Amino acid sequence: MNLEYFHLIDRIAELRLADRSITVEARVPETSTIFEGHFPGYPLMPGVLLIETMAQSSGWLLIALMQFQRMPFLAAVKEAKMRTFVTPGELLSIDVSVVHEGSGFTMTEAKIKSGGKLACNATLTFRHVPFPHPDLRGHMETMAKQIGFPEQMIHG
Amino acid sequence: MTSTFDRVATIIAETCDIPRETITPESHAIDDLGIDSLDFLDIAFAIDKAFGIKLPLEKWTQEVNDGKATTEQYFVLKNLAARIDELVAAKGA
Repeated sequence: MNLEYFHLIDRIAELRLADRSITVEARVPETSTIFEGHFPGYPLMPGVLLIETMAQSSGWLLIALMQFQRMPFLAAVKEAKMRTFVTPGELLSIDVSVVHEGSGFTMTEAKIKSGGKLACNATLTFRHVPFPHPDLRGHMETMAKQIGFPEQMIHG
Repeated sequence: MTSTFDRVATIIAETCDIPRETITPESHAIDDLGIDSLDFLDIAFAIDKAFGIKLPLEKWTQEVNDGKATTEQYFVLKNLAARIDELVAAKGA
C-alpha cells in the first residue's frame, strides 16, 4: 500500500474468472502521514480507505472480467462494516466475488481479513464504461503490471 | 397472478421508499417518481433477479441519447412492464 498515492493493494494473489472472484493482498504501511492525524499515538487505518481497498480489489476483478476494455467506477457502498481495528503493518487479504452483473453496472461483495479474521466487509456497486481516456487506460496498464495482473489479459 | 406492473411497482416502492399507492402504470420513473440513475441501478438489480433477465439499460440509454427513443418508452412503468414481458418471453423462446 501507498496511502498517499491511493495505491491500496499490493498484488493479486488469485484471480478466478470462472468463479467471478479474486483474492488480493495488501500490507498496511508502518508509517504514513495519514497516521499522524488518524490518530495521534493510536494509528488506525481509516475506514474509508478500507472501503477503497475493497473497491480497488473489486475493480481489478471487474477489469479482468471485462477483458480490460472497460473501467469500473465506484457508485454505491452498502452494508459497510468495520469489524475490527486495522493497524500499521498488518497484512490484509481481500476476497471479492460478483453478486450481479447488470447492463453497465456490477455489484460485488468484498471482505477484508487480517490474520484470518474478518476485519470489514461491504456490498459495492460499480458503473462501468469504455475507458474514457487513453491516459487512464495507460495508468491502469502500468498498475496492472505492478500488481501481477495476468499480462496476457492486458492486451487481450 | 400478480401482473408485471404490480411486481415492478412493489420493487420500486420497497427499493426507493416510495408509497406504493402513488405508483401507477402511467408514472414516469424519473419525471414523476424522482428516481435517479443510481437508484435505478438498485431497481434494475431487483428486476433482473425477480424476472431472471438483464434489463438492457446501456442500450436504452444510448437510444435515448441518440434520439432514437424517448425516456417514456422505457421509463413509464406500463411501458417498462411491457419491455420486461418481452425480455422474459425472449428468454423463454
